[in-house]
Amino acid sequence: MSITYLEAIREAQARALAEDPRVFIYGQDVGAFGGAFKATKNLAKTFPGRVIDAPVSEDAMVGLGVGAAIEGMRPIIEMQFADFSTAGFNQIVNQAATLYWRTNVPCPITIRLPCGGTSGSGPFHSQSMETIYAHYPGLVVLTPATVEDAYSMLLEAVAIDDPVIFCEHKLLYYHLKAEKLPTEALPVGKARISREGRDMTIVAYSAMVHEALAAAEELAGEGFQVEVVDLRSVKPLDTDTVMASVARTGRLLCVGESWPWGGVTAEVIARVVSEGFGLLDAPPRRLNAKDTPVPYHPSLWAAHRPTARSIAGAARNLLRM
Amino acid sequence: MFQAVLNPGALGKASPFCDSYLKAYRLALLSRILDEKFASLYRAGKIHGGVFMGRGQEVLSVSLGMALRPGDVFAPLIRDAAGRLAFGEPLLDAVRTYLGSPQGPMRARDGNVHRGRPLEGLFPMISHLGAMISVVNGALLARRLKGVSGTVGATCIGEGGTSTGSFHEAVNQAAVEKLPLVLVVANNQYAYSTPNSRQFACRSLLDRAHGYGVEGCAVDGTDLEACLKGVGEAVENARAGRGPQLVVARLLRLCGHGEHDDAGYVDAKLKQSPLGRDCLKVAEELMQSRNWAGPEALAAWRSEAVQKIEQAVAQVQREPGPDPFKEVWSALSCRALSEGVEES
Repeated sequence: MSITYLEAIREAQARALAEDPRVFIYGQDVGAFGGAFKATKNLAKTFPGRVIDAPVSEDAMVGLGVGAAIEGMRPIIEMQFADFSTAGFNQIVNQAATLYWRTNVPCPITIRLPCGGTSGSGPFHSQSMETIYAHYPGLVVLTPATVEDAYSMLLEAVAIDDPVIFCEHKLLYYHLKAEKLPTEALPVGKARISREGRDMTIVAYSAMVHEALAAAEELAGEGFQVEVVDLRSVKPLDTDTVMASVARTGRLLCVGESWPWGGVTAEVIARVVSEGFGLLDAPPRRLNAKDTPVPYHPSLWAAHRPTARSIAGAARNLLRM
Repeated sequence: MFQAVLNPGALGKASPFCDSYLKAYRLALLSRILDEKFASLYRAGKIHGGVFMGRGQEVLSVSLGMALRPGDVFAPLIRDAAGRLAFGEPLLDAVRTYLGSPQGPMRARDGNVHRGRPLEGLFPMISHLGAMISVVNGALLARRLKGVSGTVGATCIGEGGTSTGSFHEAVNQAAVEKLPLVLVVANNQYAYSTPNSRQFACRSLLDRAHGYGVEGCAVDGTDLEACLKGVGEAVENARAGRGPQLVVARLLRLCGHGEHDDAGYVDAKLKQSPLGRDCLKVAEELMQSRNWAGPEALAAWRSEAVQKIEQAVAQVQREPGPDPFKEVWSALSCRALSEGVEES
């Protein structure tokens, strides 16, 4: 018996629907069809009237979620692809994210973004959007890397009284498996040490955690002990755990699948340098995707994003310094 | 209360419609004088940011507010001071928001027309046009899911806002879900400075109702009687389960986009046309011609409105402004998850 990352997302939604009558799901093709990725398979049947097909209208989908949240509901809005959330961007950053600050009325809406690159998906079905949403005040941005986190963090997202951008990685949907669903979890806002090491710290999140772990394994064969920190949540960002790791290792490499200008990796480095400059034995480094749209062809795509190989290469350079 | 001001002998055949008309007129008048007060405070440098008036649109706006009941949802736009008052927004909310009092519903964090009380069904607009429609849809869908029936949701927009994608998405969404939405479009001829000819190419915005599969009606936005009847019917239709209702009113904005704008671009011919009539003057003439109110009553109502507003402004001007050092700088209600909170 094993459960995939995608099944964990479905199970979390099923549990949220079962346990809380305020929860409903709204998105394109989420009803009888079960969603483009089947993240809502069978849910419309099990929870009649609460898993609702939306027209192709990302702006109105999010707006509707905000109105329902004001009325005390807990909407889960599924974007078919994270990339399409730009068509609902205004409602996310200007409506959902500002409501509490302006009115003192919380906006408990969860927006699921199937994000990240997969082979052959090209420029408009591959994007990672965490950076752009983390930039705006009023949003919580989660990036689960494990089956267990996908399950527990989605449940927590629905329970949080504020808008949550839930970035689930499509590459992990089918191949990432766990034995069973978790019964306990780290709270949102806490990073996890995924692998302990004393020579350097790699900070990663979402699918890049697995690339970083593979790189750490490769480097272990060369005698280096690399610590891998899984941020889990990019906003809030668990600076304490990162700083404590850097204090142990003295070296920092940040890895992100999104584009290099600004973003999560830049934010982590800015915090470590400004608050923990003295902890560093070498200049901190970061590795991101290339600064172009995400390419279609698998061999171009593999070179566009950080991989275990490119991470190991960057880590070696840093370890030599 | 207004009946006391009237000369009882002049009432003639008092009717529920006459009562509504007089009440609507008085609220519209109150909003006109309130807007004028804000404009004068703006010119005196007492208001930060802009002032946006509803001059010329008051009777349309008030008609919507009058048709709504407690428990309904209302998302007004920038020229809806009259509709807000009719829906029950306290006068002090408007004054406190314009003057930036922390005691107002927006606590000085947002200003002027960006005010509301979401939990009381009054949704505060964001500036992006068309964006409030789907939010109202969401409240209505939530009520359906909760088994609440008999309430409607209403929102207003100008003809400029009908050109946005948000407008299209949300009207279509309401139509698909057959929600009890009332959408009032005030075609005031100019979106800021852009005339109808540069805004849309269809014969009438009302034609769009057919395109969306919703019911629609046109009203003369300068005529309070037509507005009360047309908008009132639309609200009744929505409440009766006939799905979304589009009301398109023709009128002329009798002011600039904001108080900073002298509206020099407005075609003089439009000003002289029936569209350019002052809706309050039209109502005053009708009330006098029907013997519903004489000049004395009109003067008394005006002076009562002025007094109310002066009192509210005087009260709010004595209230202390916001203290940046006591402000809670957190955009999240879950404080523990907030990155914005600075430790002292």
